[in-house]
Amino acid sequence: MPLRVVAQGLALALVVGLLALLIWKLSHGPPGKLAVGSRVPGFTLSRVDAPGHLALSSLRGKVVVLNFWASWCVPCKQEAPLLESASKRWRARGVVVLGVDSRDFTGDARRFMRKYQLTYPVVRDGSGSRADSYGVDGYPETFFIGPDGRLSRHLVGQIASRAQLDAGIRKALRA
Amino acid sequence: MNGIAAAVVLALALAAPALASDRHPSLAELETELICPTCHTTLDQSSAPIADRMRAFIRARIAAGDTGGEIKAKLVAQFGPAVLASPPKKGLDLLVWLLPLAGVVAGAVVLGVLARRWSRGRGGEAGARPPGDPGSNGRPPLGPDVERRVDEELARFDS
Repeated sequence: MPLRVVAQGLALALVVGLLALLIWKLSHGPPGKLAVGSRVPGFTLSRVDAPGHLALSSLRGKVVVLNFWASWCVPCKQEAPLLESASKRWRARGVVVLGVDSRDFTGDARRFMRKYQLTYPVVRDGSGSRADSYGVDGYPETFFIGPDGRLSRHLVGQIASRAQLDAGIRKALRA
Repeated sequence: MNGIAAAVVLALALAAPALASDRHPSLAELETELICPTCHTTLDQSSAPIADRMRAFIRARIAAGDTGGEIKAKLVAQFGPAVLASPPKKGLDLLVWLLPLAGVVAGAVVLGVLARRWSRGRGGEAGARPPGDPGSNGRPPLGPDVERRVDEELARFDS
């Protein structure tokens, strides 16, 4: 009888444990796409372009063009000059282009930055966990974040043109 | 004792090729032990651009004389522990290796206890009446009066 009680207790504990694991997995799984107007997830990541780290919260009050990219991604190569140009043109208006090199080798990222002469800050997300927290499921993806830290616009895939990029920045500046 | 010796010989026999394979890893072998960070399958099943880049990295590190462990450590530094197909045998990840083993041991213990109880129960039933007891033929025991009369009849019969 006591053995049966112990066995039943163990079975119950196992079921409860598995249920708890399922609930934890569902609540901690990668979120879906960020909704426009929602507050974007914060992060502090190591820099690729310079020593040290960069916290997204340190850019509060500025418009941030957050671009997730990787050196092996072909569209990322094509849009890199557009982002560099926008970074220079909009810097004086308090706009920061911030690259997030994701699921990539650091050495490859640095070579990419040299090749495309990128001067804007780039941080490293080797495991892709930051990209997951933004709901990124392909590269590149670009998030326009307003000075209040809320998402103003989101572009999936390659930035088509300078006009499209500028429109996103203008909208974020108005937010 | 012989069992322990056999287990030690088996462990050594299995450990030797594993050590050799770590010192001289092959691309094909490492491809099955590493995960592509974009498609989440093992490298040998992935044709993603980052998987191609990782294969090139592994080839270069093998040529440079790195061990399998060193190559994996470098990839973990780049992509995080999720790049390993098997979780590392340390920290919380050790639970993934120990829990199945604990489950097998717990199952064996429960089976052993159940088997012991079962055999003891059968032994108890058989031993409830000592051999030679009149009741052991499956019929109820005789009452004292009947038993006394049977004894008297038998005594008369013997005389």
